[in-house]
Amino acid sequence: MDFLQPNVASYLMVSAAMFALGVIGVMIRRNGIVVFMCLELMLNAVNLALVTFSRMHDNATGSMLVFFVMCVAAAEAVVGLSIVLALFRNKLDIDINKVNIFQW
Amino acid sequence: MVETFLFWTFAILGIAGAVALVFNPSPVYAALGLILNLFSIAALYLSLQAEFLAVIQIMVYAGAIMVLFLFVIMLLNLQAEQMETRFDLRRGLAFIIGLAFLGEMFYIFRGFATPGQSSFPAEFSFGRVERIGQEMMTHFLFPFEMISVVLLAALIGAVVVARKHTYQD
Amino acid sequence: MVALYPLIILLPLAGAALNGLGGLRWAGLRRNESLVGLIGTACVAIPFLVLLSAFFAYPGQPVTFTLFSWIQAGGLDISFSYTLDELSLLMGLIVTGVGALIHLYSMGYMKGDPGYYKFFAYLNLFIFAMNNLILADNLLVMFLGWEGVGLCSYLLIGFWYTDMDKSEAAQKAFIVNRVGDFAMLLAMFWVYNAFGTLSFSGIEEGLRAAESGGGLAAVFGNKLTWIGALVFIAATGKSAQIPLFVWLPDAMAGPTPVSALIHAATMVTAGIYLMARMNLLFLATPEVLTVVVVVAGLTALMAALIAVTQTDIKRVLAYSTVSQLGFMFMALGAGAFTTAIFHVLTHAFFKACLFLGSGSVIHAMEHTHAVKDPQDIRTMGGLGKFMPSTSRTFWISTLAIAGIPGLSGFFSKDEILAHVFFNGYTQPLYFAVWAVGTLTAVLTAFYMTRLAWLTFNGTPRFHAEHAPHESPAIMTAPLWILGVLAAVGGYIGLPYIVGEGKFHLLNHAWLEHRITNRDLHHAMEVHHTMEYFLLALAVLISVGTVYWTVNFYRKHELAGDNKVKSFFGPLYRLMEGKFYWDELYDNALVKPFFRLGRTALQWVDTRLVDGTVNGVGMTAGGLGEFFRKMQTGLISNYVTIIGAGVVLMIAYLIFG
Repeated sequence: MDFLQPNVASYLMVSAAMFALGVIGVMIRRNGIVVFMCLELMLNAVNLALVTFSRMHDNATGSMLVFFVMCVAAAEAVVGLSIVLALFRNKLDIDINKVNIFQW
Repeated sequence: MVETFLFWTFAILGIAGAVALVFNPSPVYAALGLILNLFSIAALYLSLQAEFLAVIQIMVYAGAIMVLFLFVIMLLNLQAEQMETRFDLRRGLAFIIGLAFLGEMFYIFRGFATPGQSSFPAEFSFGRVERIGQEMMTHFLFPFEMISVVLLAALIGAVVVARKHTYQD
Repeated sequence: MVALYPLIILLPLAGAALNGLGGLRWAGLRRNESLVGLIGTACVAIPFLVLLSAFFAYPGQPVTFTLFSWIQAGGLDISFSYTLDELSLLMGLIVTGVGALIHLYSMGYMKGDPGYYKFFAYLNLFIFAMNNLILADNLLVMFLGWEGVGLCSYLLIGFWYTDMDKSEAAQKAFIVNRVGDFAMLLAMFWVYNAFGTLSFSGIEEGLRAAESGGGLAAVFGNKLTWIGALVFIAATGKSAQIPLFVWLPDAMAGPTPVSALIHAATMVTAGIYLMARMNLLFLATPEVLTVVVVVAGLTALMAALIAVTQTDIKRVLAYSTVSQLGFMFMALGAGAFTTAIFHVLTHAFFKACLFLGSGSVIHAMEHTHAVKDPQDIRTMGGLGKFMPSTSRTFWISTLAIAGIPGLSGFFSKDEILAHVFFNGYTQPLYFAVWAVGTLTAVLTAFYMTRLAWLTFNGTPRFHAEHAPHESPAIMTAPLWILGVLAAVGGYIGLPYIVGEGKFHLLNHAWLEHRITNRDLHHAMEVHHTMEYFLLALAVLISVGTVYWTVNFYRKHELAGDNKVKSFFGPLYRLMEGKFYWDELYDNALVKPFFRLGRTALQWVDTRLVDGTVNGVGMTAGGLGEFFRKMQTGLISNYVTIIGAGVVLMIAYLIFG
């Protein structure tokens, strides 16, 4: 069972797997809110890697950065969801493939 | 032994949550998958002795942000997404890119592997709230103050964006 | 005291900014003429005092001060740094000293002009640029000053720009100077190529090192000849020699103090200063000096011949300036750099005095309201009775420039001709140039005496309702100071025969520490008696010509001009037509350029340029139309592309 002993690499690989899933999600999903949640997933995957490194070096910076990322993620969620609301109010749909107002 | 078991349990749960998020057509189930994922990450934080972060992970993410998401989902009364089944170039590309990224990351992280033993120091000195607080009030005071401004700006921004606009045509 | 040296550079700039920008902003300052004039004059007088103290405190070695570092790139290191040595101190004293007097004079001369504050701002800016030119310790900062004085010259010639002729004269001066400036730039490139530095001391060191090393030809090849020739071309532009002198006579369109300061005393001597500064380089290129002396002789003679025919008081002085500059270049061509600087000094005194005197005359003639053109000497005469100060100082300066013994012009001009003559023993061509120079000296004495006599003596040829009156004290005081200097200024350079040069204070005690002349001692010792002959000849021709001319015009008055005309015969038409340089340039350059311009407008511009521009526009539009299809506006597409990019970049970092 020794080979299952978790080390730095195992945490990082879990983090990488979550991040890759988040990337795929952002690319294939059409529902705006789900895309948004995939973004949160990616942020969390990065946070996990940061905490791992912080723990590995016994250094505070990684942990502090995670704290700030969480704050920014909270702010982002608030603004993002209000954008989704505004979008829904105007288009009655949040399918991002039907929203191409960037094409100007 | 116990921590090995716990790590693998939560790692698998977390990835399962992520898979549910990405591949479940229903937004509500997707959100629940994300909650599972966030809880698992909180548990992984605990196993890394980062107690403080684990607690806020649950409070901020699982508690506040996800509730917000669920509220919006329910408010909009969204239908399950029609997942496409036929082959699509972009979807194919998405999987290729995701897997290629994963491969690259594994290739890089290989270097950190120490099979069969833990490579962490015995104690993590910044897991507890006292040390975190000390750091936050000394070295990170300025970013800490700035983040409150960011939150205030987000608050006002959200109100402005979500408000009902009345246009006079 | 050293801490005050930056004031020499900065104070005139501050004065220009204060008067120019302040006058633009505050109408109160604009109207307060005496304050504006006081600021302008003080900003030149104080640097003069600083320079004077630097002169007395001079330690015998150049004093360098740096304002700030400008360009640092590889081996190139250019700073705004300035050197006070024997040469730059002397030139600085001339510029600021004469400049301060002319500022003072301008306070009276420009009274009531709507552009009063502007005039003083330009004058201060000129002094700033001129100090840059003189004090700079490297060619690039000197070039800034060189261009700066050109700009100020342009601004001041065209000061009354509502008059089309005057603004055209300004443009002519600017464009002709550009030709010389271009040569200056090329010379700087060559200098950097040959010496790897632009500083004067670096050039000097490079030359000395090469001389003691493998010899100049081995180290530099023919680069030195190129540099020398290009610097000389640059000097012909700024210092009005053939073929680029045509702008200077037209530059008299500017206010008279400007003619005195810029186009007689200071700016036009910049070329001479530069060549004296690079004396070692020119000594190493005797072939260039031969060209210089020939061009200088021709310029001096031609300008003197033209001056004989002119009837405009300022134009006579302008051609006289060209001619005197020719004398200075003759000295340079003879390798007598200190002598050229000596003549710059004496010329600054008497020519500034002459121009200021002519300004005073013009003022008086305007006041009479009796003549159409206040500058035409044919309608003057007998002014000496009405304006004694102007008349006396003008006559002193006239006699000085004519070379009457004891006055300043005698010493410097005699020294120039002697140097040219003694060069003849090694290069006979110089004998010919000496003959031309002597002839020019005769002509100079003639036309200057004619000018002064027709202006101030004889019977008045105008019918004045208001009698002309003497100018106010603020204008006559500078006249007297300059007049006295024109009289006694030459005693700092007594001839070589007096104590074998020990009493040539300027050379012996001062300039020869910095400047190396061509060594003529051998010729001078072998042909010792020739010096007495030359001196006697100089006395004879100056006194004789002046005496004859005074008698001639006393007898014939204005009709004397007709006799001169018949004396010169067909040559007179050529002289009156100014040797048709303007017509030559007009037909050979200006008109073809205009034709080329019109053709270019019709063909090149409308078809080629417009076609290209429109084509570029349409190409960009078409490409945009094509590429906008890439911008789907769909977030998933963008994310896919970003993701692919990230994957590729990481792959490059890992495997690349």
